[in-house]
Amino acid sequence: MVELEKRKEASAAMVYLTPLIAVALTMAVGALVFSVLGYDGPAAVWAMFVEPLIDPGKWQDLGLKAAPLVMIAVGLSIGFRANVWNIGAEGQYVVGGLAGTGVALATWHLDGGWWVLPLMFVAGAVAGAAWAAIPAFLRTRLNVSEILSSLMLTYVAIQLLYWLMNGPWKDPDGFNFPQSRLFQDFQTLPYISGMGYLNVPLAFLIALLVWFVMAKTSFGFQVRTVGAAPQAARYGGFSQERTVWWSLMIGGGLAGLAGIFEAAGPFGQMVPQFPTGYGFTAIIVAFLGRLHPIGIVILGGLVLAVTYVGGESAQATLGLPSAATGVFQAMLLFFLLATDILITHRLRFGRSSEGRA
Amino acid sequence: MEAMWISVAMTVIAASTPLLLAALGELVVEKSGVLNLGVEGMMLIGAVTGFAVTSATGAPLLGIVAAMLAAVAGSMIFGFLTLTLASNQVATGLALTIFGVGISSMIGEGFVGQTIPVFGPVFPERLAGDPVLRLVFGHSPLVYVSLVMTALVAWFLTRSRPGLVLRAVGENDASAHSIGYSVLGVRYAAVAFGGAMAGLAGCFYSMVQTPMWADELTAGRGWIALALVVFSAWRPWRLLLGAYLFGAVMTFELQAKAAGINLVAPEFLAALPYLATILVLAIISSRRSVGAAAPACLGRPFKPAT
Repeated sequence: MVELEKRKEASAAMVYLTPLIAVALTMAVGALVFSVLGYDGPAAVWAMFVEPLIDPGKWQDLGLKAAPLVMIAVGLSIGFRANVWNIGAEGQYVVGGLAGTGVALATWHLDGGWWVLPLMFVAGAVAGAAWAAIPAFLRTRLNVSEILSSLMLTYVAIQLLYWLMNGPWKDPDGFNFPQSRLFQDFQTLPYISGMGYLNVPLAFLIALLVWFVMAKTSFGFQVRTVGAAPQAARYGGFSQERTVWWSLMIGGGLAGLAGIFEAAGPFGQMVPQFPTGYGFTAIIVAFLGRLHPIGIVILGGLVLAVTYVGGESAQATLGLPSAATGVFQAMLLFFLLATDILITHRLRFGRSSEGRA
Repeated sequence: MEAMWISVAMTVIAASTPLLLAALGELVVEKSGVLNLGVEGMMLIGAVTGFAVTSATGAPLLGIVAAMLAAVAGSMIFGFLTLTLASNQVATGLALTIFGVGISSMIGEGFVGQTIPVFGPVFPERLAGDPVLRLVFGHSPLVYVSLVMTALVAWFLTRSRPGLVLRAVGENDASAHSIGYSVLGVRYAAVAFGGAMAGLAGCFYSMVQTPMWADELTAGRGWIALALVVFSAWRPWRLLLGAYLFGAVMTFELQAKAAGINLVAPEFLAALPYLATILVLAIISSRRSVGAAAPACLGRPFKPAT
């Protein structure tokens, strides 16, 4: 018989240990589940969780996958801490990519210009923030749950992308394929050999910046207070409304920036396949990183990037379906949420002394 | 002309039924004080299970039962985490949706492009032959189930004793617990019911509407069902109205295509249900009465003080 027993004090060690326990459980149960489904379970887990880490040839890919995840996740974590549930980062990511693409297409015939790329970034961040401002407005003014509105806007953003690709922004020399022109050299992120595109180091810098804001400024303190103790926050004169606005705008802005980084980096153009689910996976990244910027980079971003890279190679070598990556990622979130209880409770093995039901 | 209106009505009914089924389940879940954002995921689990079992056995009824059971199993993961382990309901519901999207796409991979017999009209041809009678007798059994369930849920919540207990648990869990009701037991039952209904809704997509498997064929309808519960102010009959309203909006794209109207881009029409949802939520939620209609304990984990 296993029983849960309340701890006298929350366990600080478990705060750091549970994400690792969750990863271990996902690997163990994942191996079992995939064996039952008729795959080579242990090999799948090895390919998905270990191989990308020990193969230096894959490290660059890890950085490329981790960069957008980390950027979006640090933005989302600010909101999650304040109980603001922006789950529409995917839409903000798409709109950011589109706005930057708009700038790229408008400047496409120029001979160059150092200012074009920064302008694309600004456009991406502003558009992502503007897209997130809609749920912020609806929540603060009309009391609409941001969960539903931000998610609905994701579907709208994707339709906007399809419309632009099929019509106004279709490459005139592209044999009628629904995709934009290839960006010019001065419109693409510099490629750094061995590291990927410039967005990889930028993503980590941004995470550091968010860490500084959250840990060292009064804004960070306000956000954490609004989330942890709304009553106290109100008593302390912290405005709930302002927190909703800022956390959505920062989350949307970072998602939008991640979007244009992807478009101007690995994609090099805009295509209908642009939404790849980073906005949703980033939610798992944020939780795995314990909603802390450093945790998000070190554990959240790394682990989820490993599953993406490993998932791709497992497709090729083991014939694992591409959706298996998502299944592993969801299991990871399940186990993470389940093991959270270990922070406040401990497991006790053996027969219950009082014979309670 | 008459035939055209009837065919429009038929498509609206087909688009509305799964919304109604899924939203009815979620309404009961939320009335018990639990917010399960995993509707979309449970629908997909149901959709793929129904398809797979029907494809294997050739018996749609078996497919439907299996789909409901599978979706209930999914809902129990959510239930165990949020109820027994008191995890965050928003995050856990999201995890369930991500899981449902992944597992359905994985299981469905072998079925892409395959077809199964439609789980269509049940009444004899001679009843459904006439166009007007077709409007009454020409539907899949799930359409009638959704209407009967609306009445049953309305009766259950307002007239039956267990329904009263369920509402008490959702309005004030601490009091319900102190009177001696099992808060977690009631919530487990509600979550399971929500799973079964979402499973049925998923089946409607994979076995009635398009009996051909495609990835993520629910296309976010589960989220619209969640919004419908807010729209209904947690009242079953208003939910019926809302589901049919949204069902109608959803068919605009189809109707425009059929009628050869291309004044607006098809992408805009495809985005319309989601835009309409936001608009309706804005109108509804700004009224104070709706905030008051929400179950008081919605989304709050219950931790009995022992």
